[in-house]
Amino acid sequence: MEVISNHNWALTVGTFLPLVGVLIMLFIPKAEEALIKSVAIATAIATLAVGIYTMTQFDFGNAGAMQFVAQHDWISVIKSSYYIGIDGISLPLYLLSMIITVLVMIYSWDHVPSPGNPKAFFILMLILQTGMAGTFIARDLILFFVFFELVLLPMYFMIGVWGGENRQYASLKFFLYTMFGSALMLVAFLALFFKTGAESFAIPFLIEHGVSISRTTQIWIFAGMFVGFAVKVPMFPFHTWLPDAHTQAPTQGSVILAAVLLKLGTYGFVRIAIPVLPEAAKAWAPYIGGLAVIGIIYGSLGCLAQTDMKRLIAFSSVAHMGFVMLGISTLTSFGMNAAMFGMVAHGLITGMLFFVAGSVKERYHTLEIKRISGMLLQMPKLGWIFGFCAMASLGLPGLAGFWGEFPAILSAYHPAAGLSVNVFRAYMVIAAIGTVFAAGYLLWLFQRIAFGEPAAEFAAGHGHDEDIHDVNKFEWIAWTPLLIAIVVFGVYPQLMFKVLDPAVGVTLKAFGG
Amino acid sequence: MLSTIATAAWSSPSIDYHALAPEMILGAGIVLLLLLDLFLSDARKWLLTPVASFTLLGAFIPVLTLALNNAGTRQLFDGRYVIDDFSLVMKGLFLLAGYVVVLLAADYIREGDYYQGEFWFLMLSSIMGMVMMASSRDLISIFVSLEFLSIPAYMLAAWRKRDSRSNEAGIKYYLLGVFASAIMLYGMSLLYGITNSTKLTEIGTTLGSNLTSIRALAVFFVVIGFAFKISAVPFHTWAPDTYQGAPTPVTAFLSVASKAAGFVALVTVVYVGFPGSHAVWQPVFWILSAATMTLGNVMALKQTSIVRMLAYSSIAQGGFILMPLAVAGEAGVAQSALRAVVTYLIVYASTNLGVFAIVMVVARKTRSGEISSYGGLFSYAPGIATLMTIFMASLAGIPPLGGWFGKFAAFQSLVSAGTTWAYVLAIIGGVNSVVAFGYYGSILREMWMRPVPDGDTSPVPVKSSLAVALGITSLATLLLGVLPGIVIHFGDLAGLAGAFGR
Repeated sequence: MEVISNHNWALTVGTFLPLVGVLIMLFIPKAEEALIKSVAIATAIATLAVGIYTMTQFDFGNAGAMQFVAQHDWISVIKSSYYIGIDGISLPLYLLSMIITVLVMIYSWDHVPSPGNPKAFFILMLILQTGMAGTFIARDLILFFVFFELVLLPMYFMIGVWGGENRQYASLKFFLYTMFGSALMLVAFLALFFKTGAESFAIPFLIEHGVSISRTTQIWIFAGMFVGFAVKVPMFPFHTWLPDAHTQAPTQGSVILAAVLLKLGTYGFVRIAIPVLPEAAKAWAPYIGGLAVIGIIYGSLGCLAQTDMKRLIAFSSVAHMGFVMLGISTLTSFGMNAAMFGMVAHGLITGMLFFVAGSVKERYHTLEIKRISGMLLQMPKLGWIFGFCAMASLGLPGLAGFWGEFPAILSAYHPAAGLSVNVFRAYMVIAAIGTVFAAGYLLWLFQRIAFGEPAAEFAAGHGHDEDIHDVNKFEWIAWTPLLIAIVVFGVYPQLMFKVLDPAVGVTLKAFGG
Repeated sequence: MLSTIATAAWSSPSIDYHALAPEMILGAGIVLLLLLDLFLSDARKWLLTPVASFTLLGAFIPVLTLALNNAGTRQLFDGRYVIDDFSLVMKGLFLLAGYVVVLLAADYIREGDYYQGEFWFLMLSSIMGMVMMASSRDLISIFVSLEFLSIPAYMLAAWRKRDSRSNEAGIKYYLLGVFASAIMLYGMSLLYGITNSTKLTEIGTTLGSNLTSIRALAVFFVVIGFAFKISAVPFHTWAPDTYQGAPTPVTAFLSVASKAAGFVALVTVVYVGFPGSHAVWQPVFWILSAATMTLGNVMALKQTSIVRMLAYSSIAQGGFILMPLAVAGEAGVAQSALRAVVTYLIVYASTNLGVFAIVMVVARKTRSGEISSYGGLFSYAPGIATLMTIFMASLAGIPPLGGWFGKFAAFQSLVSAGTTWAYVLAIIGGVNSVVAFGYYGSILREMWMRPVPDGDTSPVPVKSSLAVALGITSLATLLLGVLPGIVIHFGDLAGLAGAFGR
């Protein structure tokens, strides 16, 4: 048991505190809506406070090392332990999950979607928070798996109960896809466990002993993990659940899904699959890169064809996660840093886009692009916030999105030793074309809904004046931190890169740096 | 043989009363029930319910003391009746599951004006058979235990005697059960003919790994006989009709305790009696397991009645429990396979009993057994709906609820075998656990996402005994999922797996 810092209670408290809130909320009558919301938001803020405390105590000079490590017996008979820790890769995502939960909850104060029941809605969000945070700190495969799966049911209910018209289909599809991936992933974890001598599920142990597995076996084990993580990312061709889930989910569900849940998949690649099975990672890298660029182009073309604003943003997620996966597939420090940055940036930007989409839906009661126009005239603030997010999403330099996208493309120029340079340069060109598409679909979307005169049916005096109002108080509170973060990380990306880089270096040790 | 028995001087075997205490307490309770039933007036027949539950809890006390008293394996009657970790864990499971079934049945039996005394008498007799089964290590005592636990169950299934479905349930169960017994007895007689012994350890030694066709046939018949009991496909046809027709508490009892007893017998026979014959039973279990979970799942998907759906779900779960047995003969797997079976049985018992408690609570209000009657349950009974969600998610194997660890343990022993067949079965199991969500999820969908079918949103009353049952089962389901280690701390179960000599 290694103890780096004597603050290692912080992670456990930060992860399980939301469940304490859930327990308290169970005893509050359903009718006390304001009290329920207050308790939930207070819990989320307290959790975030613990997260920020963790960050202040984090030794940034040593971001490559695991910190706040704690290890206790859990299921000793299968050699799995409660083993947690945090490093430069986990920290941004861990905090992201906490921030997003707080903001989503504040947004939900006056935006509880139909059919209401804030008690259940807030409880599910808190359970989700525990699952997300736990996944990012788990250092044991079984613990990771349990947290990874913990997010499934709450999200299933969120989409299925509070979603749009087609919610039941979408929620079931989301669930079955993810569960299928998880089943294969679990078999892969078990195979890994036995091939390394059936001694431990701890990730550091497996990284140490994974290299000794024969190349063919590694490739098979990697295949199982690949399906599990690729469904979650989602990578082409496992992405088809995503547009449905996003379109049908309530705004809060979409934001959490885009901002954090998708990252569980990419995080799995970076944290487990690649460092543990380096040989297999090399063998798989060209295919992952290939699927990634197909995802970029396919996602972009999909965006161009959409008539629904939310569905369009969902497809843009497929494209953006393609850039992240391209960066990861180069197996270079440069590409991995870009990918990690891209994950956080995508979380902030696409999360914001879904927030805006939710607010647009609330005002116009539709997300059909051709029915909405002239938003800048009717609601200038909302219109410009949307424009800002669209710019960030298409990778405008100076905003956070750029630092995920551009270095990822660049990294494909020099993939890790042993990977075909020609293939990756071809990917680079294709991905670069993808950015042009991205600019195309986002600007076109912005132009269609924000410019021009307001559509006749929504013009003043047509019965929608009640609903069509500019950004309100709760929206400002929920959105401002995200908007600031997009600018700050855009102007000063080093803030995150310096945390990520040492940890990425440790992850890629098997590839010579 | 006979002459030697006749001439030998009879000496009473020394009896370890501590080891037999659970059986003796049960026996005393059963006699007490019969006597009380004779002398109590109808108005006071309710007293029999506490007698039955205290008998079960009373019998559990010596199980605990035996488990805590670290005296190792106790062998009685020339090693034909054994008290080891495995048998103690299973006895504990049978007694506690029996206690929960008493909680489920208490009001049902009293209100239905059924014959309370006889009902408890038969149920406790069946549990007695199960408790004996856990210790039996001899063909004769295994057979006696099996009949002891089955015959009362036939009658319990037909308990609502004015209901034709219940009669059908009893008759079907009885006919197929007897048929299975006949096949098993044929196998056992062959075994006795081959080995000249009824003691499992001796059979194991004599059979060795030398497989002639007659030996293979004997092993095959015995295994098939038990396959009926655990309702493995293609010997499952009785289960849906019996489960649907029997009174709901009896269905809960059959699908949990009776099934577990079948597995206990199967494991004992295979581990102690046929360790060397794995070339015969491994493929049989492989096929049974794959067919059982696949067919059970596919059929469950189409059901509209909740109890029928649970019947097929129970069949499918049986397929998952069989998975580790399909590789139990591989080098070094025996112990983890045994652990997987035991863990799965415990988790499955606590979850499934909870499901039936909910089914009874809901049926009492909606007067319907259709899945659609669960529509909108979450909107007017969030507590019940949440508990049902926990149970369904556990059956579907979603962490962090109990069911995941059962599945995990089963997958673990498959992968540890490392053979191609094991991996193929693991993948079949993986796909099936996804398919299973199709029907478990349909209940969740009804409860959370559909409107109330008849608009009746009056609160759902929960009887206190059912509330206690729900409390026990839901707590166990959660606890087993978050801290699965507690199940396995009962012991390393090495005693039984040791028969493999590896």
